[in-house]
Amino acid sequence: MKKTVNVNVKHLTRVEGHGNIHIKIRNGQLMEAQWEIIETPRFFEALLVGRHWDNAPWITGRICGICSIGHTLASIRAVENAFDIVPDEQTQKLRLLLKHMETLQSHSLHLCFLVLPDFMNAGSVFPLINSHGEIVAHAAKIKGLANEICDCVGGRRLHPTRTVVGGFTKLPSKQELSAFVQRLKNIVEDLMIVADLFSGFKIPDFARETEFVSLKGKDHYPFIGGDVVSSDGVQMREQDYKKLTNEYMVPHSTSKWCRLSRDSFAVGSLARLNNNFEFLHPVAKDIARRFNLIPINHNPFMNNIAQLVECVHVVMDSIRLIEELLNSKFTAPRQEVRPKSGVGVGAVEVPRGVLYHCYEFDSKGKIIKSDCVIPTGQNHANIQHDLEALAKEYAIRGEKDRDIELLASMLVRAYDPCISCSVH
Amino acid sequence: MRAKKADTKTYLGIPLYRPKVAFFEFSSCEGCQLQMVNNENTLLDFLSLVEVVNFREAMTERSDAYEIAFIEGSITRDDEVKRLKAIRKNAKVLVALGSCACFGGVNQLKNRFKNLEWVKKQVYGKHPIDTGAVRAVGDVVPVNLMIYGCPIKKEEVEKIVLDLALGKSIVVPQYPVCMECKANENICLFDLGEPCLGPITRAGCNSWCPNSGAGCWGCRGPAEDANVEYMKKIMKEKGFSEKTILERLDCFGGFKTK
Repeated sequence: MKKTVNVNVKHLTRVEGHGNIHIKIRNGQLMEAQWEIIETPRFFEALLVGRHWDNAPWITGRICGICSIGHTLASIRAVENAFDIVPDEQTQKLRLLLKHMETLQSHSLHLCFLVLPDFMNAGSVFPLINSHGEIVAHAAKIKGLANEICDCVGGRRLHPTRTVVGGFTKLPSKQELSAFVQRLKNIVEDLMIVADLFSGFKIPDFARETEFVSLKGKDHYPFIGGDVVSSDGVQMREQDYKKLTNEYMVPHSTSKWCRLSRDSFAVGSLARLNNNFEFLHPVAKDIARRFNLIPINHNPFMNNIAQLVECVHVVMDSIRLIEELLNSKFTAPRQEVRPKSGVGVGAVEVPRGVLYHCYEFDSKGKIIKSDCVIPTGQNHANIQHDLEALAKEYAIRGEKDRDIELLASMLVRAYDPCISCSVH
Repeated sequence: MRAKKADTKTYLGIPLYRPKVAFFEFSSCEGCQLQMVNNENTLLDFLSLVEVVNFREAMTERSDAYEIAFIEGSITRDDEVKRLKAIRKNAKVLVALGSCACFGGVNQLKNRFKNLEWVKKQVYGKHPIDTGAVRAVGDVVPVNLMIYGCPIKKEEVEKIVLDLALGKSIVVPQYPVCMECKANENICLFDLGEPCLGPITRAGCNSWCPNSGAGCWGCRGPAEDANVEYMKKIMKEKGFSEKTILERLDCFGGFKTK
């Protein structure tokens, strides 16, 4: 057992937003292991008050630069639920396709540009451009295709332009869509090369029993709306999101924290996979089995591998969606919106976990109250508890401060935190 | 970090100077920085043009030896003011990157509430939280260059950085989005019943939103000689409510609405 450990990371790098890690062990006792959130709040919930319903998706999409599509879709779903609008099948399929490509874009950015340097002893992806150019090229190809499809369906890869309450302002042409089918099929090979690379890495051997929360699949791996389920046996409707998240404040964070059955819970790829393994595409399941990622897995570092599995799943499912869209006759892109008073909640699985938007409207569709509960906000408490366990365990093993710092940084990174999003 | 082949890059036979650049983010979604790595096809070319020495979102190494600092986000807290002033001291050229840095962006919508305590309470209840009025970067330190947009347009940034590296002067369009929209042969959004600020908003985005059938929200701020009052009159004639017009004008902070 090491008697003294000092780890202080200010503004952790290769994550979105600003967070610090502090670990202090004295005389073999853990004095402190803290995940500190210092991001400045932007007060999105207040910004919306008094504004018209069409402002909600346009403004809240700007909560996040990585998952702006997910925020936009959660916001649209909340407004549509409040106004009793049910999107038609065409809109549902296009939204899911767009969602899938955001997942692919975000996961591949995280895995290959932010996480990969840790396993290759580099400070960033930039030196890898020279030393491992091929793998960077595969990653850029995967991410590039995902972004191109987002441009085509959503109008723009970041802060989408075509996604509105009621549907889309404009549809992609069938010609554009059909050109993506073969390219999506080809990209599976690139993902397999990334999988081969990761299978050679030693994923840190660490586990802490955790409650996993995600949407619950009925007949598909879930991404948009429906019931929410936890691995501790809780099941509720998306409307009951407040009971599922129980937000509270802690002194060392500008983001709210959450709990459910225990002191903390986890959302994200690993949670989705743990709760919905049976609905994964067979090719994605094979990848999971290859990494011995079988439910329920309690190693937070395996969230990286769960993201890889989901990349394969969303590619396979996007091929299906595009083929179904090509075989259907395109109808009007957008249905009429009639505002009414009431409350609406939208739950969407964004790359980092389940996201909730909730709005209350007056009879003219003016926003009276709004609330957003962000996946990374739901993960903060779990990161904190993992950090404590990790610090103790690795101090007992006698690891150097430098190695504990790297492992702690890698642990936080594995959650792919979107910190400015969590504070919003 | 330094790409080898870039050392031999020349322009008209003259070796190209690779400026050291740094990226910093303040209150924002970090999307503009992300846009910089979002153009996979030209990313490697771009990286050979500059030497990135500070980019927290993407790299662990950090250095204060930079010439060009790109600042994303608006300024809302005292610690941000301190950090920004230190960056200003280090940088020869300070660039405001995106609408939040240029005008306060969507974040400045907070300033329309007179009572900051009410704003805090809406989100945090009784829990104490540190925040002030939202300011643009130029309200805190001198800015050398503004790159407009929410989000920024990567192609535009690449051209600006290339011009900076070559020592050329930077030209930003003064004409409105409407010109680009016409050149793109879009159906006028007014004819589709959509509100649009294209006639008064600075171009350079290649009418990004109108190309998708979505009206402009003015994220790039006013074009030269924009006649906002006349625009309001036209939009009223087209049947849009005062509220709809105001919600477009005040969204990103580029237009003075008071």
